Amino acid sequence: MSDNSLAIVFFALVGGALRVSTPFMFVALGECLTEKSGRVNLGLEGTLVLGAMTAYAVSFHTGSPWLGVLAAGCSGSVLGAMHGYICKLPKVNDIAVGIAMMIFGTGVAFFFGKAYIQPSAPRLGSFSLGAWTGNAQITQALQINPLFLVGIAVAIVMAWAFANTKWGLIVRMAGDSAPAATAMGVSVDLVRFLSTTFGGFLAGVGGAFLSLYYPGSWNQGLSSGQGLMAVALVIFARWSPIRCILAALLFGAAGAIGPALQSVGITQGYYFFNAAPYIMTLFIMIASAGSKRAMRDVPGELSITK
Amino acid sequence: MVDVAQPLSGSGAAPNRASDLSIRIRRSAEFVAIPLFALIVSGVLFSIFLLALGKSPGDFYSLVWRGGFGTAFSIQNTLQRSAPLILTGLAVAIPARIGLVVIGGEGALVLGGFAAAAIAIPLVIGHFPPFPTLVIMMAASIVVGGFWIGLVGYLRYARGVNETISSLLMTYIGIAIMNFFVEGSMRDLSNPNKPSTMPIGDAYMVGYIPGTQVHWGFAVGIFLAVVLQILMSRTTFGFAVRVAGGNPRAALAQGLPVGRLIVICCAIAGACAGIAGFYEVAAIQGRANASLVAGYGFTGILVAFLARQSPIAIIPVAIMFGGIVASGGLVQRRMELPDATVLLLQGMTFVVLLTSETLYGRFKIFQPPETTDRT
Repeated sequence: MSDNSLAIVFFALVGGALRVSTPFMFVALGECLTEKSGRVNLGLEGTLVLGAMTAYAVSFHTGSPWLGVLAAGCSGSVLGAMHGYICKLPKVNDIAVGIAMMIFGTGVAFFFGKAYIQPSAPRLGSFSLGAWTGNAQITQALQINPLFLVGIAVAIVMAWAFANTKWGLIVRMAGDSAPAATAMGVSVDLVRFLSTTFGGFLAGVGGAFLSLYYPGSWNQGLSSGQGLMAVALVIFARWSPIRCILAALLFGAAGAIGPALQSVGITQGYYFFNAAPYIMTLFIMIASAGSKRAMRDVPGELSITK
Repeated sequence: MVDVAQPLSGSGAAPNRASDLSIRIRRSAEFVAIPLFALIVSGVLFSIFLLALGKSPGDFYSLVWRGGFGTAFSIQNTLQRSAPLILTGLAVAIPARIGLVVIGGEGALVLGGFAAAAIAIPLVIGHFPPFPTLVIMMAASIVVGGFWIGLVGYLRYARGVNETISSLLMTYIGIAIMNFFVEGSMRDLSNPNKPSTMPIGDAYMVGYIPGTQVHWGFAVGIFLAVVLQILMSRTTFGFAVRVAGGNPRAALAQGLPVGRLIVICCAIAGACAGIAGFYEVAAIQGRANASLVAGYGFTGILVAFLARQSPIAIIPVAIMFGGIVASGGLVQRRMELPDATVLLLQGMTFVVLLTSETLYGRFKIFQPPETTDRT
């Protein structure tokens, strides 16, 4: 491989990481909030798909992609609220409900999304952080969608709020010890319900990014497990919003390996490289599950790591 | 009220035995009644949904009935489609007995089917006799499927990797592996339409159960469900699994090999899904291609939950969902509904079903009568 094609691959990876990471980021932040409150929502894969479909449909009908983003968030909060409400009932298993919500969300999205596979909806714009260099390659690689920055802002606010605000403390307390939270007069169910709902909102916004920016169209194979990988990513990020961002960038780069190699003419093993993010997630889970550091940071009430 | 219930005032052995029976009947009645109730509720919700879209629920259910169970042909089609659902349902139910939520049946099905097709090709080219070829194919899908989900169990036990997430990731990886070969080195170039492996040929296909148009996978599915039911409820192995599922610490303290039990349960699950893949290739498709990714593994999750993870109860539930899947095409054409209708109905049923879990123990009629004077 020549230096030139190495550079192409490198910039494609950086650009890919910036582009592909955003949905991971939003889903991971949503799941991070939900898990901090002591509940697991495995259904965010369905939320992501439904968000993508809703955003595309609303953008198509109203002509405003940002309205689509908002609608995607709202559809996500509806799914999150459903999950939050059902799990509040006694004897209900949050992991199983997550699987059901995954199928339900995907079903709703595919059912209503059939009509939107063909038409073209207005997309979200982007700007480049590299335009000042005058180098076309760098300009192209550093194309950034505003949602990427919104995601980083949300992560910073969330990290700050967990550490410094009363609300953050309440969420963490509900996640670490429900009896303690109850003793403080906090309704654990309400905290978890709200956390799951807002987590669903974030995941829905992540879906909007998929259909309205990159890849930038609506079809049934749009997400193919990204929501699920993002859930796994939260364990890897040890429930820290900031580390969620870094992990999402890493996952984005992994997702960009296939297209990056393809851009320099390496097409052999295309399917293998498409599987790279799943394989990487699995290895990361193997490496991070059961580690001492993960055990220290895990919210005490969480059922997923027990 | 259930009329076998007897007052517990008696002190002899006979009334006691009768009351044990009454308790068992009440419990079983609860396990049947609550899922049935959930099914009815989701049916009503789906009807409301259809009405909101301006479609007739009556048409929908009569079409499902006609397409799934109305004629001899549709019943056979239903049974044919329920075969993979029984097997993928078992792939969820067996690990559930040891407390694991494994949802990777789809991946084991796809890889099992692919392994069967891959191993068959050199044998078919070498004109190996059909019957041993089929046995080898089936063995390949059992080994590959069993390994695939067995690995999930191993990771769970040895590394504490969450089995739900890892099994679903393995599904995506499994599908990618099949695509890698089917669209690459093993692609049959004489078939330009859809990337597939070479066909195994009619002579090597599994036949029908005599007198029907239903392939043998259905019989094998029922056989396995019965065998696994006996294994899980009547053997020491099954007892150990249930102990380990109920309380892993107690099981470890009793010296039960919990890790081995987990891996064995997962391997059985994967083998079942692999067999489903074998029949999809050897009885239906005749080759491995993307048609194997038909969602049977995901419907199997719902089947197992609706059957409350009981192998024997999986059979009727799988037949019911086989009918819904089989009628999908008819419903789509006649009512102009998208093909995701079945998926939506399944998702809705699943959510309602899990919500109904909260009802267990809430109805007096299912509870044992007051046991105060028994002690």
